[in-house]
Amino acid sequence: MNAHSSARHDTSPDHQPIWKWLAGVTATLAIWVLVYNQLVPLSEWLVSLLPIDPASHAGQALTFFFYDTPKVLMLLALIVFAMGVVRSFFSAEKTRALLSGKREGFGNIMAAGLGILTPFCSCSAVPLFIGFVSAGVPLGVTFSFLIAAPMVNEVALGLLFGLVGWKVALTYLCFGLSVAIVAGWVIGRLKLENWLQDWVKEIQSGNAVEIPTEKMTWVDRIELGIDAIKDIVGRVWIWIIVGIATGAAIHGYVPAELMVRVMGADAWWSVPAAVLIGIPMYTNAAGVIPIVEALLGKGAALGTTLAFMMSVIALSLPEMIILRKVLTVRLIAVFIGVVGSGILAVGFLFNFLFQ
Amino acid sequence: MKDVKVLGPGCKRCEATEKMIAETASKLGIAVNIEKVTDYAEIAKSGIVSTPGIIIDGKVVHAGGLPKPELLEKWLQA
Repeated sequence: MNAHSSARHDTSPDHQPIWKWLAGVTATLAIWVLVYNQLVPLSEWLVSLLPIDPASHAGQALTFFFYDTPKVLMLLALIVFAMGVVRSFFSAEKTRALLSGKREGFGNIMAAGLGILTPFCSCSAVPLFIGFVSAGVPLGVTFSFLIAAPMVNEVALGLLFGLVGWKVALTYLCFGLSVAIVAGWVIGRLKLENWLQDWVKEIQSGNAVEIPTEKMTWVDRIELGIDAIKDIVGRVWIWIIVGIATGAAIHGYVPAELMVRVMGADAWWSVPAAVLIGIPMYTNAAGVIPIVEALLGKGAALGTTLAFMMSVIALSLPEMIILRKVLTVRLIAVFIGVVGSGILAVGFLFNFLFQ
Repeated sequence: MKDVKVLGPGCKRCEATEKMIAETASKLGIAVNIEKVTDYAEIAKSGIVSTPGIIIDGKVVHAGGLPKPELLEKWLQA
């Protein structure tokens, strides 16, 4: 340990030694836990300051808002930090090397798993797609990765865990991975390689580059975690607030009987309806989860709600427009069809299992 | 004159990376010729999968996300 931190100290003198970082992280975590446990009284106190009856619709909506906003933001920061550190062990280049030449089946399973762990930005989707396919990663395996990466992400899982409970988060993880694995496998079986845009088929990718990465220290990894917080929380906080405000409105105003009738488990048509509505919609996981929580709280069925959430996150118009550059319209249609059916199946299954 | 290529489809981070390189180079007094590579086929040929990527004098030094400032200085000085 000592040798480690002093070596780090020599190479970049402006860095604090590792023990100071660890102490800082531990202290921050302790404060985090303290504040997090006081959020309920804090939100009630805030509402009591306002000239509103806490039992009224507006009072309920505001309490929900004041409680959920800091809660969601704090959870998000914690999870994003942890994932930032974990992801520092992975890279898209390494993932490609791992997946290249893998057989379908096992390759789909690996790709879906790596989709969660590999750092991935949607603006890299096209280079990544081309890079994977041209390096001999089977098309279906590439799709498993591309489906899992946005759908089963740390933001979605962490917020489900915090707001709805670990059972739902775990089930979402399993079913999200299953959709990615099965949909990718089906696309692979359909042998659609000819439906790629012509220029993509012709590309012979360069050999997988060895990027001469500096040996990362734990200080680097912690810094990456902090960077991830700044980056992701900085980008999504506004979506979260909009989402929670919507959730708060539903919480305070929409009568539970209406929700049960429209989105309850007995309304079988609500699952396909939720998927159809969700596909063209686009927001990130952070924006949609507070709505999910409020819908569930008012008696909407779990399968219906999660199907809605999955189709919002996994299938989106902006992503299709980007992918249009490499995929033909026919292939995009198959992609939407296969993933949409998977989500539909998950929705019905959830409604059945959690009734 | 160092030949620097920034590879990326033109997202925010690619632009930020390009700006970082220009600023760092002028701070260090190193003459650079920065070229933006936005063509997907070209990016794929370089072997880079995550963007932005940086190639200095034909050597891939970085892929994915913003480079660290101190590393960037090191690459430019190498």
